[in-house]
Amino acid sequence: MQGSSWHERVIEGLIHVCGIASIALVVLIFLFLLREGLALFKTVSLEAFLGGRHWYPISEPPRFGILPLILGSLWVTAGAIILSVPLGVGSAFFIAEIAKGWMKEVLKTGIELLAAIPSVVLGFVGIAILVPSVKQSFHLVTGLTALTGSITLALMAMPTIVTITEDVLTAVPRPYREAALALGATKWQTMYRVLLPAARSGIMAAIMLGIGRVIGETMAVMMVTGNATRIPHTLLQPVRTMTATIAAEMGETVRGSEHYAALFAIGMVLFLISFLVNVLADLFLNRKRV
Amino acid sequence: MRSPSWRRAVWTQRLALSSLFLATMVALVPAVVVIGLVLARGMPVFSWKFLTTMPTHGMRAGGIFPAVIGTLELVALTGIVALPVGVLAAIYLTEYARDHGLTRLVRLAIVNLAGVPSVVYGLFGLGLFVIFCRFGASLLAGALTLAIMILPVIITASEEALRSVPQSFREVSLSLGASRWQTVRYAVLPFAVPGIMTGTILGMSRAAGETAPILFTVAAFYLPRLPTSIFDQAMVLPYHLYVISTQIPNVPDVQRYGTAMVLLGLVLSLNIVAVVLRAHFRRKRQW
Repeated sequence: MQGSSWHERVIEGLIHVCGIASIALVVLIFLFLLREGLALFKTVSLEAFLGGRHWYPISEPPRFGILPLILGSLWVTAGAIILSVPLGVGSAFFIAEIAKGWMKEVLKTGIELLAAIPSVVLGFVGIAILVPSVKQSFHLVTGLTALTGSITLALMAMPTIVTITEDVLTAVPRPYREAALALGATKWQTMYRVLLPAARSGIMAAIMLGIGRVIGETMAVMMVTGNATRIPHTLLQPVRTMTATIAAEMGETVRGSEHYAALFAIGMVLFLISFLVNVLADLFLNRKRV
Repeated sequence: MRSPSWRRAVWTQRLALSSLFLATMVALVPAVVVIGLVLARGMPVFSWKFLTTMPTHGMRAGGIFPAVIGTLELVALTGIVALPVGVLAAIYLTEYARDHGLTRLVRLAIVNLAGVPSVVYGLFGLGLFVIFCRFGASLLAGALTLAIMILPVIITASEEALRSVPQSFREVSLSLGASRWQTVRYAVLPFAVPGIMTGTILGMSRAAGETAPILFTVAAFYLPRLPTSIFDQAMVLPYHLYVISTQIPNVPDVQRYGTAMVLLGLVLSLNIVAVVLRAHFRRKRQW
């Protein structure tokens, strides 16, 4: 039988190419960010870029310090994580351990729906509802603040955290539960003293991936945080994140200019952060399986 | 006689479980609020005419026809590009890969692709497709960028679907003298189609809602005509919503909510189709 005819060899070749395409793409993304972004460092030092306190890309002379943008991203992310981790992990415990039958299905579908809402729609509703209410409750001049961004982003991190935590909890072997209950522990004691420690590294992975999701989010955060490029001191000030800076300014730059290169350099920083976060999450997840 | 410590434990449990329930509600209520609000306020403007007429008065009135068509074309093109690559990659991982170190690396790359910020995809698409490949800002450049972004979704779903096909199917096929590819093609792939479809539709729904990757690769601010080829720029719904809600003053609220509703409706219907499909085939599965 003519097993390895030419078309079979072609398709198997394609399978191998597509198989390792993911690796090639990750490398390619980084190379293209370098290719367009490295030009910045001919005129601006790395310290001035990462540690500079002023981002004035179109003033004369321009200043390309991204410290305010990094801090903006960090503040918004920290706020979002503080809000979403307890809620997300709590919901995951409820869905995995307590909810049964149709209720479980309804709750899981609800979380899937939340994950499916496009970020621009969340940003839009954020402007309509959240911005005025933040302004009112804290008596601010503007409701476009880091906190507003944090709340919006918490909604986007939640599905990630819930889904992964729930998977991890479901993967904890049944005998763990049975042994704890047989020893007279209540359901809550079992969850708190047995399941939580058993799922710890998986929950860490869920939190890491939540952070990755939040720090890379662009549209919603750009729409509700006010986009002021100052170093923030509280969550109630307008901030601008790294992602929002790229999205807002790329349209106005001239290709090949310093400003253009600087935006790609911010892209490099974001890429490296997300790389780190994902590798960490992966380590946590794999430690669990061993 | 219950001991005091037992009673305390029961009370702690009640309190703890109620808090968990509360957390779940707090997590879910926003989804309901967002969807409900957009539907309620978008409904009044929603009509066949809204979907099929051009925007007028600087996008402050009229319909959203070019954005609807642009989004549909972009998403279809994205699916066409991403589906074959994603499925072949999944076949590689489940049926061909031997080298453990390499597959570990591939998996790590997939995880990382899934985590790359969407705006970085936008930069990459700009650098590679728009500038380096000279496609310009076009449907093609946007679709290729989005296709890379949804690749991890399709690979992961397809891999799961392929793995759920019992090993015995492969063994029977191979023992009858079929080659490895023939086995994959006729004894494995057909049974994984539903799972692959589900993953692809979910990926396309994600692509339909994303804004950041298309900002610099395809999206046109205002282009009151339909794209004529894949090398044309196009208006797309998410960017249009961004534009009329933040970039243009005095757009009537109904226009904004109407646009948000159409976008949300499109994305959620794709999701629901995927979920129903998955449930349907899970029930029908024979093995």
